[in-house]
Amino acid sequence: MARNDKIRLATVWLGGCSGCHMSFLDLDERLIDLAEQADLVYSPIADVKVFPDNVDVTLVEGAVANIDHLELAEQVRARSKIVVSFGDCAVTGNVTSLRNRLDVDDLLNRVYQEGPGRVPAGSEPDGIVPALLRRVVPLHQVIKVDAYIPGCPPDPERIWAAVSALLAGEPVRLEEDMRYFG
Amino acid sequence: MSVVTLTLNDELISANSDQSLLEVIREHDIYIPTLCHMEGLSERGGCRMCLVEVQGSRTLQAACVTEVAEGMVVTTHSERLRKYRRMTLELIFAERNHVCAVCVMNGHCELQAVAAIEGMDHVRFDYLHPDLPMDISHERFGLDHNRCILCTRCVRVCDEVEGAHTKDVLGRGINCRIINDLNQPWGSSQSCTSCGKCVEVCPTGALFRKGATVAEMVKRHDFLSWITSGREKNEWDYAGQAPYYATERRKE
Repeated sequence: MARNDKIRLATVWLGGCSGCHMSFLDLDERLIDLAEQADLVYSPIADVKVFPDNVDVTLVEGAVANIDHLELAEQVRARSKIVVSFGDCAVTGNVTSLRNRLDVDDLLNRVYQEGPGRVPAGSEPDGIVPALLRRVVPLHQVIKVDAYIPGCPPDPERIWAAVSALLAGEPVRLEEDMRYFG
Repeated sequence: MSVVTLTLNDELISANSDQSLLEVIREHDIYIPTLCHMEGLSERGGCRMCLVEVQGSRTLQAACVTEVAEGMVVTTHSERLRKYRRMTLELIFAERNHVCAVCVMNGHCELQAVAAIEGMDHVRFDYLHPDLPMDISHERFGLDHNRCILCTRCVRVCDEVEGAHTKDVLGRGINCRIINDLNQPWGSSQSCTSCGKCVEVCPTGALFRKGATVAEMVKRHDFLSWITSGREKNEWDYAGQAPYYATERRKE
């Protein structure tokens, strides 16, 4: 396959722990197969600053927790054919959304004001640290999502089942044992 | 007891007239999900997972609380049922904080399993993220309202099997809570016998033995049938059948 025929794949890291990306790297030798069929055009593990145009498939790890996530999610949607919620945080909000029962300012005060160290931005943007959204939300509440890979993190078999279907241009249909949250 | 004939998924079958639809459906090895149903307890019809279509009835019926009848025509799987089951499941997940990844029951939970079986790949509703407390005042057990789906198995087992009726339900709708005695800390309950039956029947991580961390909680749903029918089946040695529960009890 000529290089320019390759599928343009991106992975994005929003409000999550990067565990889904670690699990993605656990694809091991399958990464070589993947590299033959796809170009990784944007990823936390690739040195690309701006989310590019004309991406075929984007895996999005993490929930939408701050204004930067929101902006990047919208770029991802506008520039990708298929967007996949990758892991429980993107799908449900998961651990990232545990803070939702607290008010943002109360939360930051509790963690930083009452604790040691400098206080970062609260709900107001300061141009350095992105302001937190009032509530953490799953990706599909912000942009249209085409497929879901559950799991915290999804194990490599799950990821491969989904990614190989997408590479083949087929819809993601995970078997029952690959559909568990957690 | 008389025998009735009914149609189940286009097949003519017979059943005893005092059977519930759910019993008959299970007898014919047809899977429909359940959450509040438990062998050995009365039926509640609360979780709405076992909804089926009954010809001539405009509304869907919960199979666990519907008695079989002569000439009934029942469908257990259809697009309409799939839609309703999935929506109900999503509402259950949205109502409280079901965060599987950090739950004691991760990997052993009935709610988690039903979601996977029914193919609930995401929740379309807004999560409510209620600020709910956890009651860990009991010496051996904990109650986490965040994981509770109000199936009332704990209420029923405490009343119907243990005979203590420590647990009950407070409030209505979204304000429903499982309570102990007169809505007081579990540890201060005078009626609780600390038998642990409520913990073992709980389908999720809402009731747990203290000391269990994420994914460590394994419940013995089978112990109830041992209590209720072990005598008829001549099963005296629960330790042999359920080593974990027996070991826990022996430690005390």
